[in-house]
Amino acid sequence: MRAAPANPPIYNIEKIRGDFPALQELMRGKPLAYLDNAATTQKPQAVLDVIQNYYVSSNANIHRAVHLLAQRATEAYESAREKTRQFLNAERASECVFVRGTTEAVNLAANAYARPRLKPGDEIVVSAMEHHSNIVPWQLVCQATGARLRVIPMNNRGELIMEEYEALLNEKTQIVSVVHVSNALGTVNPVREIGRMAHEHGAVFMVDGAQAVQHMRVDVQELNADFYAFSGHKLYGPTGIGILYGKHEHLESMEPYEGGGEMILSVSFEKTTYNDPPHKFEAGTPNIAGAAALEAALDYVMSLGVERIAAHEKRLLEYAHETLSFNRRVQLVGTAAEKASVISFVMDSAHPHDIGTILDSDGVAIRTGHHCAQPAMERLGVPATARASIGLYNTTEDIDALARSLNKVAEIFG
Amino acid sequence: MSELNELYQQTILDHNRNPRNYGVLEDADGEADGHNPLCGDKVRIYIALEGDTIRSARFEGVGCAISTASASLMTEALEGKTLDEAEELFAGFQELVTTGQDAMDAIESLGKLAVFAGVRAYPMRVKCATLAWHTFKAALNQETATVTTE
Repeated sequence: MRAAPANPPIYNIEKIRGDFPALQELMRGKPLAYLDNAATTQKPQAVLDVIQNYYVSSNANIHRAVHLLAQRATEAYESAREKTRQFLNAERASECVFVRGTTEAVNLAANAYARPRLKPGDEIVVSAMEHHSNIVPWQLVCQATGARLRVIPMNNRGELIMEEYEALLNEKTQIVSVVHVSNALGTVNPVREIGRMAHEHGAVFMVDGAQAVQHMRVDVQELNADFYAFSGHKLYGPTGIGILYGKHEHLESMEPYEGGGEMILSVSFEKTTYNDPPHKFEAGTPNIAGAAALEAALDYVMSLGVERIAAHEKRLLEYAHETLSFNRRVQLVGTAAEKASVISFVMDSAHPHDIGTILDSDGVAIRTGHHCAQPAMERLGVPATARASIGLYNTTEDIDALARSLNKVAEIFG
Repeated sequence: MSELNELYQQTILDHNRNPRNYGVLEDADGEADGHNPLCGDKVRIYIALEGDTIRSARFEGVGCAISTASASLMTEALEGKTLDEAEELFAGFQELVTTGQDAMDAIESLGKLAVFAGVRAYPMRVKCATLAWHTFKAALNQETATVTTE
């Protein structure tokens, strides 16, 4: 095996790895090389502690009772919202709506913004590399309204073809919703440009940021996104909590998403007055512990610095590309010029599922399958890929373990 | 033998590389499609009957080594079996890959299919091994809808 790069470390990786209890686990008797970060990330102890502490010392319902516990719960919840505002550089905290995850965020925008507004013949634009969660909610809107779904094509490297996008835009285009970073290919899309063009045609612009916020600084004002969605669990936070950012003007004009408690100002059997955003979209008792833990995750990422994380991951991505290039059986799928630390690949003799099982026996965890992006797989002519995705705590040793195990795949399958 | 070697036995690798009974079966009495939406594996099974005996079975499709080898070995095993015997074989196979019937015992009742004993150590792969069999059952019943593992 080659020596690790001689570059000075970007941060103290050993100390960071120590923050993540799951990384200390042995898998099938081997040290864990966790390279499935695009599916979900492991959680630092600070996040786990917040969940525990919340239920020990702050558990109450929010925005209601006058007792001290309720005050702590409300403060924890709203403090997480303010932290999210800082993280995304939103203008107001109230533009950050707590949801279960990116999927719910897209569904919320589709149902509460698009569905009441769209008419037959209107058009919604998505891209060829969307996750199913940024396709199906819009298809449902199309079914309900008679609107039409249009798709920005991509080239063989997995990059969107901007000329084709431009040609798709017209006065019927109401919504453009595009993935910031492709989960299946790692492509970083030029979302600012995509949004600018959408706005020129009077369309509203949404970004699926599920694979972006953990890899790069996202500034929703600079992006000029109308909606931006992400999930906590891919950002070192817990499952079941995510964010829909929406510009104030949109959130204010939107219909509620679900009815219930918390989202109202007053209810009578004759007339109900809805609460202001974001509460209008947060019916029922929310995931308070999840929100508090999301704040801890954001704190963790921000104190490390998203730019430093990005630099660390970029270095590892380059190391991985170089290391894997020695294995002639490995063929990368998705070779965009702008790429996040996602390595999708196939091997001629071994199916991704078999690759996944052999790697698993060596403690190397990757994802195999179509990555909930079947149209993208179809476009690139592969039924499935194997995908290694890098997070802030990965090391060259993880990549070496991956490379060694892939040699074993080649040995077994010839 | 390590769990991995037990899973990827030579017989399985061989049937993956050189699948037997691969291709269309003209004049099939039944055919059906199977699909594993989790990994994208697809298989089509054809069967031809003579009375209640399976005269021939063939398959087409794309999938992992386990699902390809399973389809290949299944078509071999089914040839000449009565429908009742085929049913028994399927039940025995399912027991082998899920509950972990002893491989040595399995050789007696399942013959070559016993090479799939290693699958039991990998619960995530059981569906790969059984997709062809579920699709075979659908072909028998001439079900038109695609069988899925979900």
